[in-house]
Amino acid sequence: MLWETVRLAFGAIMRNALRSFLTVLGVIIGVGAVIAMVTVGQGSTSQVESDVSKLGTNLLMIRPGQAGQGPGSPGGAYAQSLTLKDADAIEEQIYSVRAAAPSTARSMTAVFGNENYTTSVAGTDNRFLIARDWQISDGRQFYESELRSGAASCILGATVVKELFGNYNPVGETIRLKQISCRVIGTLEAKGASSFGSDEDDRILMPVRAFQRRIAGNQDVSIIFVAVHSGASTEKAKGEIERLMRERRRIAPGEDDDFSVMDMKQISSMLTGISTVLTGLLSAVAAVSLLVGGIGIMNIMLVSVTERTREIGIRLAIGATERQVLVQFLVEAIVLSLIGGFLGILLGLGLALIGARWLSVPFQPDPSIIALAFLFSALVGILFGFFPARRAARMDPIEALRYQ
Amino acid sequence: MTSEAPAREAAGARAGPPLIVLEGVTKIYGAGQAAVHALRGIDLEVERGEFVAIMGPSGSGKSTAMNILGCLDAPTSGYYRFDGHEVGKLTRDQRALLRRNFLGFVFQGYNLLARTSALDNVELPLIYQGIRGAQRRQLALDALARVGLGGRETHDPSELSGGQQQRVAIARAIVGKPEVVLADEPTGNLDTVTSREIMDLLSELNREDGVTILMVTHEPDMAEYAHRIVNFVDGRVESDRPNAHRVA
Repeated sequence: MLWETVRLAFGAIMRNALRSFLTVLGVIIGVGAVIAMVTVGQGSTSQVESDVSKLGTNLLMIRPGQAGQGPGSPGGAYAQSLTLKDADAIEEQIYSVRAAAPSTARSMTAVFGNENYTTSVAGTDNRFLIARDWQISDGRQFYESELRSGAASCILGATVVKELFGNYNPVGETIRLKQISCRVIGTLEAKGASSFGSDEDDRILMPVRAFQRRIAGNQDVSIIFVAVHSGASTEKAKGEIERLMRERRRIAPGEDDDFSVMDMKQISSMLTGISTVLTGLLSAVAAVSLLVGGIGIMNIMLVSVTERTREIGIRLAIGATERQVLVQFLVEAIVLSLIGGFLGILLGLGLALIGARWLSVPFQPDPSIIALAFLFSALVGILFGFFPARRAARMDPIEALRYQ
Repeated sequence: MTSEAPAREAAGARAGPPLIVLEGVTKIYGAGQAAVHALRGIDLEVERGEFVAIMGPSGSGKSTAMNILGCLDAPTSGYYRFDGHEVGKLTRDQRALLRRNFLGFVFQGYNLLARTSALDNVELPLIYQGIRGAQRRQLALDALARVGLGGRETHDPSELSGGQQQRVAIARAIVGKPEVVLADEPTGNLDTVTSREIMDLLSELNREDGVTILMVTHEPDMAEYAHRIVNFVDGRVESDRPNAHRVA
């Protein structure tokens, strides 16, 4: 009987193919939009996650100020800076720390010959390479003497090499940063993909003391990268660093930290949080259009019930029970919105594929979202089909047969 | 074949109570000042195998009586027993089941489903009876053949003449092997020649298959096919007489 009813519903829908299509257009667009939003959103989330995991899972970052607070808030941008000694202390006193690299950076224009290129110049030391798990591809690291004296030597990222030197090996050449002449002693291995939308290879490293003295003009360290020995607990190291830093910065018990130690999990969740919120908002808008689509179905089902009053009368006279008529129209509404859901899923996946290509994020359709969309469109059918179906079922057969 | 029908008719009459009994049935639409007394106390008995014509001017209550007889409507007061069931006490759905299993309807305007083949139209009551697949198809084909429409199974109502459409409707009415066929002005939309063909078909079904037929008509010529003619005036039975001049 149910299969009979489904077949009957298909017949009724196909008899008015154009109208049926226009009816479910709302559902198609609604489901399509939800699927596209969620799929692209999840793609970009997993993109961010894989970017973050490229940084290494055993990496911690220490910054002055509390994470998540804007400049100007208490302990924000005005918090006491970090120092070189902080990095040394962390490395020396915490057993599980493999390397603690101080770093402070600024955007500057590098000039070589006729070429100039604006990039991020960071003052750091060789521990940066350990902490970030980075290799030198040509030339060498900083000598201890260079680090101590603050010599103007620099190591170039792959993008900087390409922009300033093309295919030419820059090691041994001299570039200019503002008024400073800087000898290129090495180049960094290319990291390849970008992280958080910025190019990791777009940077120049120089000894931190040279940077502080000749560029920044202060002793500040803006970030310390900490690598934990593999196998050691990042959580535990994080706790120890926090305790040590509180001590070093003389924070009284009960007072809040004026620095933050972030692990990759936090960074990843902070970044994916943004894309999750965006995905959620866009999906909510899309869900509203699904609701509108449902109302469209109800509207057309009501028209259809009125139009088919005579048919309903015939069926009732012939011996259909109220329930059978109700089920017939309900199934019709459900079949209609499932067709819409199916087409919407196709549309959504198509849009997501284009969107993912365009934003260069991975295209990863989520079967559970697709199942959910399908289920939801069935629900729309039941919800918005019930009222018209009940109206049909409760008709008086005599009145219905008399209807012109 | 011809000997079977009177035998059944006689057996029905002897085997106990009549198929249909109306006692003091009234029907009032609306209430108070605006109340319309469509039926003012009808007494009527119909035996199994009878062919009864109900006549009367418009507004005499014959259509209302037909709706009550067809279990489409319940009487306001009075007593209606169909084959032992007291219809007035049944729920809407119980009346639907009664219609499904014991009644067939033929309407003036045919009332076939549009854009649906003759065969599918005839299968419709069987769907609700829960008869499936090949058996259902065969029963519908048989019914169409019975009304002389073999070979037109796939035609839509729009491709058939009025007489043919009414034959499809009759096939639909008899396909479920009902006790009673209720025909409401079955020839009202047809020309004289076609009307006679349809009346011949109904008579044949009554005579050969023993189907009880209740027919509303305002055409005396058509009423002449019945065993018995009941005349309605102002919501009452004015006369109820055997038909002396029966055709065929």
